[in-house]
Amino acid sequence: MEKKKIIEELKQKFPEKVKETSVQFGAETLVIDKDSLLDIVQFLKAEPYSYTMLLDLTCVDYKGQEPRFEMVYHLYSLPNKHRLRIKAKLGEKDLSIDSLTSLWKNANWLEREAFDMFGIVFRGHPDLRRIFMYDGFEGYPLRKDYPLRKRQPRIPLRE
Amino acid sequence: MGPSHPAMHGTIRIMLELDGERILNSEVEVGYLHRGFEKTCESRTYFNLLPYTDRLNYVSPLINNLAYVMTVEKMLAVEVPERAQYIRVIMSELSRISDHLTCLAAMAMECGAFTVFLYKMKAREFIWDVIEETTGVRMTTSYIRIGGVRADFHPDYKAALAKAAVETKKVLKDVHGLLDKNKIFLNRTRDIAVVSPEKAIAYGWTGPCLRSTGVYYDVRKASPYLVYDLLDFEVPLGERGDNFDRYMVRMKEMEQSLRIIEQAVEKMPKSLAPVRLIAEGMEPAEAIKTSRVRKPEERIRLSPNLEGSEKERYSDILTDAKGCKVPPKEDTYTSIEGLITHFKFFMKDHGIRPPKGEVYFSVEGGNGELGFYIVSDGTDRPYRLHLRAPCFHVVSALEEMIRGHYVADVIPTFGSMNMIGGELDR
Repeated sequence: MEKKKIIEELKQKFPEKVKETSVQFGAETLVIDKDSLLDIVQFLKAEPYSYTMLLDLTCVDYKGQEPRFEMVYHLYSLPNKHRLRIKAKLGEKDLSIDSLTSLWKNANWLEREAFDMFGIVFRGHPDLRRIFMYDGFEGYPLRKDYPLRKRQPRIPLRE
Repeated sequence: MGPSHPAMHGTIRIMLELDGERILNSEVEVGYLHRGFEKTCESRTYFNLLPYTDRLNYVSPLINNLAYVMTVEKMLAVEVPERAQYIRVIMSELSRISDHLTCLAAMAMECGAFTVFLYKMKAREFIWDVIEETTGVRMTTSYIRIGGVRADFHPDYKAALAKAAVETKKVLKDVHGLLDKNKIFLNRTRDIAVVSPEKAIAYGWTGPCLRSTGVYYDVRKASPYLVYDLLDFEVPLGERGDNFDRYMVRMKEMEQSLRIIEQAVEKMPKSLAPVRLIAEGMEPAEAIKTSRVRKPEERIRLSPNLEGSEKERYSDILTDAKGCKVPPKEDTYTSIEGLITHFKFFMKDHGIRPPKGEVYFSVEGGNGELGFYIVSDGTDRPYRLHLRAPCFHVVSALEEMIRGHYVADVIPTFGSMNMIGGELDR
């Protein structure tokens, strides 16, 4: 399948939801409306696009910009050997986005990581807890306003 | 089980809910080795965060270096000399072998095959000898640099490489003989923790674990980087996706890696610079001392422990592009321009500054697709750096894989996944 075709077809299928498209360093990027994430991703996962693999999921904090956070998804299509980057912007007031756990199993841990590090809330996630940090940790360490050398209060020993 | 358990090679905690010996439910807790890699990188320059990448998958640091360096190079659009590309291929294949050897050695030991463990560790030593001779260290190499590599091969590398290949082949043959039809090993690995191809893809598995389920996906073949498309190798696949297949795929992959190394050594363009040993027969301390004494008629050479890192070799191993490599020490110490270039490289807000934008690049690591996602805002530090750790995705499937099996099955299952704490917890 032609690589450029995917972006064109997506634009036709979801004219209002795909906000921006760009190509940089050889990678196609789509910026979409955050509420239509599940629809678009489901469409891409099905044939003939077959983006069946969720390679990576992460978040970037653009402090000082509005909307402040940006979710970044990397999808991979095994038959077409193609990577696609999908981004959705989140404002500081509403930090929730649909969870992809119903489509991919590794989204479970990846979303827990984004929650742990940035405080993004995933709607429909079965078990949204911290993953790397411990319970009782205050703040979200990968946000730009979290100081690099900040100390945390001691917590009592767990049973 | 865990975080510190004699049969677990890594700090991870597995909470098990048992009915007798059978596992009803489990919960995997990670993060014991979390050290804020991504946060730290945001405050380091592109050049000086390289040593942090050594400590991700500490068994194959060279592949981590490579993944990071190539991501930055993609942003900078830098061309790497051909000889350096071959050196990178040889180095990353050596790392892959040592990674697989370590994984299988630990797995076999935990199943009671201590002999296999010792054999594999022995083979790994020979591989690390080659790495040590060239890079100067065994594990935390920081050898692959933006624009090329730190130094050319040690003049005697061919002998060491041949020895490592012979020894590894011998060990692989022995291990095949010891384990392939060993009933104890088979009972603990055959048809245990079976993963279907669909499930493996849903979990985002890559690398040997995904290939053990029969899915053909290897970054070296799917989107070839360096000179992998010029080399002839196969991608071994499993059939059932159980523990034994994961073992077998890794064993076969090592043979392929040896094949790649053989071809790469043949095809590598020859260096034009003359080979001159300066530290031969000297103790390192003495060699460093001698190199610091300047004699008027003699060229200044530093790093006597890293033979082949002199200026005349730079054209073979480092890019010509300005501003993305450390200027040769010979210039820094002898000319004013050299000194200025040196300072410009290390000064704050100078040095390597990729253009604004974001990039994702991945290589085939020991555990699977090792990718870096870097957001650059045009300064000398990454705005955001994210690592796609292959074993994060693999370990996330552990809960489901061990459900319904016995406690004893956790050990080989966990061993076959090759969990590396440094990479998993970042």
